[in-house]
Amino acid sequence: MDFLGLFNYWVVVILMMVGLYIVIAHKNLVKKLIGINIFQTSIFILFISMGKVTGGTAPILSEANPVYSSPLPHVLILTAIVVGISTTALGLAIVIRIYHAYGTVEDDEIQRELSD
Amino acid sequence: MINSHLPVLQVLLPLIAAPLCVILRQSVLSWLFATLICFLSFIISCVLFNQVLESGVISYALGGWLSPWGIEYRLDKLTAFMLLIINGVAAIVLLGARESIADEISSDRLYLFYTAFLLNLTGVLGVIMTGDAFNLFVFIEIASLSSYAMISIGNDRRCLYAAFKYLIFGTIGASFILISVGLLYAVTGTLNMVDIFQRLPDVENTKTLTTALVFFVVGIGIKAAIFPLHLWLPDAYSYSPSIVSTFLAGTTTKVFVYVLIRFIYSVFGYETVFVQEAMSHVLMILACAGILYGSYLAIQQDSLKRLLAYSSVAQLGYMLLGISLATEAGLAAGLIHVFNHAIIKVALFLSVIIIIFYTKTDSISKLAGLAKTMPLLMLSFLIGGLSLIGVPLTAGFVSKWFLIKASFENGYWGLVVVIVFSSVLAIIYIWKFIEVAYFKEPDKVVIAIDGNQKTPYLLLFSLFVFVIANVYFGLDSSLNVDMANAIAQDFYLDFVVQ
Amino acid sequence: MSEQHLILLALCIPVIATALSAIFQKNINLREVCTLVSSVCLIFVVSTLLEKVLKGEQPQLQLMEFLPGLAIHFKIEPLGMLFACIASFLWLINSIYSIGYMRGNKEKHQTRFYIYFAIAIASTIGIAFSANLITLFIFYEALTLSTYPLVTHKGSEDAMRAGRIYLGVLLSTSICFFLPAIIWTNILAGTTEFTNGGILNNDLGQGVILVLLMLFVYGIGKAALMPMHRWLPAAMVAPTPVSALLHAVAVVKAGVFSIVKIVVYIFSPVLLSDVIEFNILLYLAGITIIVASIVALRSDNLKRRLAYSTISQLSYVILATAILAPISIMGAALHILAHAFGKITLFFAAGSIYTVTKKTTVSELDGIGKAMPWTMGAFAIASLSMIGVPPTAGFLSKWYILQGAFEVESWFAISVIVMSTLLNAGYFLPIIYAAFFKKPVSGNEFTYQEAPWPIVLALTLTALMTILLFLLPDIPLQLVNLLAENIS
Repeated sequence: MDFLGLFNYWVVVILMMVGLYIVIAHKNLVKKLIGINIFQTSIFILFISMGKVTGGTAPILSEANPVYSSPLPHVLILTAIVVGISTTALGLAIVIRIYHAYGTVEDDEIQRELSD
Repeated sequence: MINSHLPVLQVLLPLIAAPLCVILRQSVLSWLFATLICFLSFIISCVLFNQVLESGVISYALGGWLSPWGIEYRLDKLTAFMLLIINGVAAIVLLGARESIADEISSDRLYLFYTAFLLNLTGVLGVIMTGDAFNLFVFIEIASLSSYAMISIGNDRRCLYAAFKYLIFGTIGASFILISVGLLYAVTGTLNMVDIFQRLPDVENTKTLTTALVFFVVGIGIKAAIFPLHLWLPDAYSYSPSIVSTFLAGTTTKVFVYVLIRFIYSVFGYETVFVQEAMSHVLMILACAGILYGSYLAIQQDSLKRLLAYSSVAQLGYMLLGISLATEAGLAAGLIHVFNHAIIKVALFLSVIIIIFYTKTDSISKLAGLAKTMPLLMLSFLIGGLSLIGVPLTAGFVSKWFLIKASFENGYWGLVVVIVFSSVLAIIYIWKFIEVAYFKEPDKVVIAIDGNQKTPYLLLFSLFVFVIANVYFGLDSSLNVDMANAIAQDFYLDFVVQ
Repeated sequence: MSEQHLILLALCIPVIATALSAIFQKNINLREVCTLVSSVCLIFVVSTLLEKVLKGEQPQLQLMEFLPGLAIHFKIEPLGMLFACIASFLWLINSIYSIGYMRGNKEKHQTRFYIYFAIAIASTIGIAFSANLITLFIFYEALTLSTYPLVTHKGSEDAMRAGRIYLGVLLSTSICFFLPAIIWTNILAGTTEFTNGGILNNDLGQGVILVLLMLFVYGIGKAALMPMHRWLPAAMVAPTPVSALLHAVAVVKAGVFSIVKIVVYIFSPVLLSDVIEFNILLYLAGITIIVASIVALRSDNLKRRLAYSTISQLSYVILATAILAPISIMGAALHILAHAFGKITLFFAAGSIYTVTKKTTVSELDGIGKAMPWTMGAFAIASLSMIGVPPTAGFLSKWYILQGAFEVESWFAISVIVMSTLLNAGYFLPIIYAAFFKKPVSGNEFTYQEAPWPIVLALTLTALMTILLFLLPDIPLQLVNLLAENIS
């Protein structure tokens, strides 16, 4: 029960670790960016999960169901998604320029180019 | 009327100005415009500073939505003090930036640099002003994204890789801060810093709070380049366009130190951070390690910019050291160093910029005999260097004095040893260049300096402002020291339950 | 003119000399006249102040407060007055000598030399007049920095290396030990002002006092107490007038002066003799005296021998202070004076020999006395003063020190003094003997040729002063008596 009750949070942790692993282990810069994205997504899920109240519905004022899920995390995450997309966009832009400048997007090859 | 809206204007002004720079396009025009905005912003911060001194804490509800529903901008003395530092550095650095920037960034991208600069200023100022934890994250990301852009804008291809590295590190750091904010929200149900602070005593000693604190410290550690999370910093500082390094060294990292102080005292609270979690010792050890490691690596460098970058890692250690003492005197010492290091490092970076402007290199071994051709410039570097070492009658000495005094008062002998030892290391890395520049026969790079090249008057002016500030605040430190003491006193009165 | 103005003037005159030297760097005659005129003015100002001090006044001047509660503050007490007199007087003589030496050896960068020299003198005056530790520290560091370009004057690889050692030892000791000691004192006593009877009190306990004392003694690397002495022989690569400045006037004297001043006005001898059971300073100084003398005895290079002799003589001053009797502290002050004149004469002589013959080792000096009678005569007088033979100033100071040692019955101190006197004689007398009585080695004959007249004039003057100070010691004695009054 406990395990299942915390199911969302387990997913968050697993996604986070997967994301971080990709960032650290992969040499390809684009893959690193994908890793970062997965990592950020896990945080989004964390926030959304926190807002969920069992049996709660969308916060629309009505007399029938007084239990709402907190809407605030959703709002925050909308903003965070925007931030995440900007980061990805900027990251990709830099990767493109790196590709133009070095002719590769592989970390180790860039390192080799730099040390030459 | 306008006075009551100044807090929001402080952030909005550069934000609105940034896209206007894109419209202006023409590089000189956009430079003029951006500089003008920076000076306006500086004036606003002066007025705000005055208001805070006169009337105490200013709370501004954004869009008229009162906290805890809306976002609150909150100005206390620390905020006003930081605004003043950041705006001052930004305005004066940008004033001199044009000549050097034109050298290091291709002309069709110049207006973009000014755009990014203004956006960065927006982010940094927002971080300082906001009283809302999530808003803080957003501003941190505005500041960071624009600084990645500024770093990658240069002509040197190495700056691209440095920017990418910084982007990866920085995003992870920001995400950690976001997690921390989320967890705080989960336990307190609010995002307003004041409210969080008031509600935290109810949830003391919970695992969630501990986790939030740890995520926060690691996240801010990455952003502020606290050892051992500083790995992005040397590359970012040494390969980016020189003006960018100057600005980052003078402002961005300082702002994250500010966020650290802000969260320790007025969000998590002294009790949680220093008493329950014994963060004091963790930070202290990191600070000492950073001081020694940064100074040691600075000695190894041949590139001046890289040398200064590693020295920044060490100097951040000093600020952290002051904070980690967890006393009023320690906090004040840390703040004094935040101020002093800003003027020291900017003065040093500006002199390096001028050296690069004339010689197109910052490699120490190629700059032998520079003092013969550029005596005034070397004198400026010397004064900045002495200040960094902490020689009396310079600003650096004042920092060292208060840091050592605060360590003594707490009975931390080891810290005193670390501080003085790292000062000796600082002598070595500063003297490495001084000796070559003053006492060696001129090398071909130095001889080849073109005497007819246009003198960067504005750049020189910026440099002299900071060099004179170094001497002035060494002679009469009452301004910044009194302010830092007042801030520390307020913090201990307001946030620390005795 | 008020006393504040006089103090300010004393500090400013060397700085003005700097500016003038820089302005007139093209016209060397004018430049050197400026230096000489400024030094005469300085002597005039200092002697006006001396009159006031002899009347028992303590002129003061407070400049800006650069840290809360810490101001740049000057107060002239007898010891500082004595030191200022030495510095200002020897600046004049050293300037005369420098002119001869720099021209005789066709040194480069002469203007730079005069500029930094003047700054060093200004710093020395600042040290002498300082009224609190922080002012002392500031000028102490200024002195280190301003003498660095003098040490590396030649710009050769050797000179650079020596400069690195010089700066490294002096700056690092001062930052590592001296500065923390000052801050600690400030925390313990709440002030850093030099006060009669000291500012620290008894209940601190022996441990704290001892650690603090050690921090001060080793923090003041200029006093060259072993093992912080390495910079001194290293700095011998500098031109001779610089060595004279370093070893007789400014640097080393600033070191021991600071130690005496700190012992007298921060700790107070009374406190030290009450609290400390094992007088470790006495033993450290004693060991330094003996070891340095032995090294001096074994070195063949004349300047190196003089350098180690200086190390041993400096520890005399520390030893005399560590005896903690008022009369021996008077002896310490007098020894600063006596050694200043003696050692500067010796260095002048060494420089004179170098200028004429380019010889640097002791073994090459056989029979040189006939060729350079003035130089070697002065050398002989100064050597006697070093050994402590009447009628020279060295005898006077040794007399007081010994008297103090007997008073407190410190047999260690007495035996060290006796032994080192023998060693002193051992390394000076053979030089004099060889110079006057040995025949030159064949192929190494000297023809009669004295050094340029400014050099001869300078070293004759200092040698004369060594004797005069024995015959007419009124003013210094008055000053040290005032000092003794301050102690008890």
